Amino acid sequence: MAEKKLMKGNEALAEGAVRAGCRFFAGYPITPQNEVPEYMSWRLPQVGGAFVQSESEVSAINMVYGAAATGVRCMTSSSSPGMSLKQEGISYAAGADLPIFIGNVMRGGPGLGNIAGAQGDYWQATRGGGHGDYRTFVMAPNSVTEMGSFPHKCYEVAFKYRIPSMVLTDGIIGQMMEPVEFTTPEVDPKALPEPDWAIGVNHNRAKRIVKSYDLREGFLELMVNERVKRYKQIEAAEVMYEEKMMDDAEIAIVAYGTSARVSVAAMKLAREKGLKVGLFRPITLWPFPKARLVELSKRVKKFLVVEMSLGQMVEDVQLSLNGRAEVHLHAKPGASVMTADEVYRTMDAIVKKGAKEYAAAK
Amino acid sequence: MYQGIRISGFGGQGVISAGVLLAQAGMMEGKEVSFFPAYGAEMRGGTANCSVVVASEEVSTPIVSTPDTAIVLNEPSLAKFEPMVKPGGLLIVNSSLVNSKATRTDIKVLYVPCNAIAGELGNAKVMNMVAIGAFAAATGAISIDAVARALPKVYKKLKPDVIELNVKALKRGAEIKLN
Repeated sequence: MAEKKLMKGNEALAEGAVRAGCRFFAGYPITPQNEVPEYMSWRLPQVGGAFVQSESEVSAINMVYGAAATGVRCMTSSSSPGMSLKQEGISYAAGADLPIFIGNVMRGGPGLGNIAGAQGDYWQATRGGGHGDYRTFVMAPNSVTEMGSFPHKCYEVAFKYRIPSMVLTDGIIGQMMEPVEFTTPEVDPKALPEPDWAIGVNHNRAKRIVKSYDLREGFLELMVNERVKRYKQIEAAEVMYEEKMMDDAEIAIVAYGTSARVSVAAMKLAREKGLKVGLFRPITLWPFPKARLVELSKRVKKFLVVEMSLGQMVEDVQLSLNGRAEVHLHAKPGASVMTADEVYRTMDAIVKKGAKEYAAAK
Repeated sequence: MYQGIRISGFGGQGVISAGVLLAQAGMMEGKEVSFFPAYGAEMRGGTANCSVVVASEEVSTPIVSTPDTAIVLNEPSLAKFEPMVKPGGLLIVNSSLVNSKATRTDIKVLYVPCNAIAGELGNAKVMNMVAIGAFAAATGAISIDAVARALPKVYKKLKPDVIELNVKALKRGAEIKLN
């Protein structure tokens, strides 16, 4: 067993990407994700990779587009305002079926917001974010260890289905330190087969073109529909979630990332006071674990969505359950973190008063 | 055992590095740990604080909102963190720099002249270790030995004699007992 090391979430994300075969990183500084490029700047040269601090987020995402087109495992990272700038490039990568990997360490928004951790980019991450019809594979870690292991899964899915992938995390998980142990296999990118779409030196093979458009009448529809088939495969095969104390739960908290960490404390508090509470944590935000929620709703009739945003993931829960159970919301927008006690009091109110909604903003 | 700790003081007093050190020491003792820094517009001379959890079970939230122990190294930190301490919890006050007394009666308060002791040892920089030593002895959440072993892991560039001075500061802090 490897020795445990105390690391920041951002550092673990960078190290996890390198171990998963990342050999090109381009990015532009922004708090609270600066440890990612800082780490990459010295770590990538050690493994024969390349690090570029670009002049803007826009150029970083386009550098990554170019690197991915050659079949290289590459990465860019940023935080909320910087992610908005990258959206055009992400849409182009989705249109060109490129397996880019993105880290978003969310901070307060909208606009420049602040530099504290937040979860306000859920819609942006799971709904595409850029223009056009597309999906991004999105994973939400809730610990430093998961920050280190999720890049491996992101590259695997990205290359298997040719889709942009993302780790959606927040400033708290990015900045916190925890013991981490890297358990995912170390990938030697040189040992990976060259993808049959990657451009590069042409050894007398058929021409390959990486592009996000087809101007011939009717052809774009075919291109998009072919992509939709892969989306359906991902929805069928790549959903991930975690459940805690759900066996006898009468109320299920649904939360991801930092909100899920606080919710564990809230759940313990509630259990001590006799409320049968469990936690359902979506790990993939797209594909969202709809089917499992429907299954749970046969037994659990009250769901409480806890999120550090105005109420974004709550819509996915409502769409999944489609009226099968009550859906409540504990929202904490404005880059503020709910306390376990606040979440417990919401649950207590739901049980006692049947409160439909609770907004923490006062 | 679940110890949520908040450490607060001036930037430059070693608030953040003391927090990392506690987490490192806890990990080396086989405990579950987390460390979370306030990473706003902190600067030397301004205020800085961090959350540390050392526990025998899984750490839920890394942000300690009701600390079992608060360690306040400067005056503004006392006003901010005294009200947050869990009833029955512990407040460690750097009495060298904090002139006010704690007002709560439902918590234990330990006054430690961190700067004075560090001055006696000949290096003002080890004042944070005096506070950590007092914390370790008062709570038993972590052993002085583990903190000492964690020192070279966290401060990789420190020379052996400086490490030794830090260990001395830990031990001096540990001698200060609750009344």
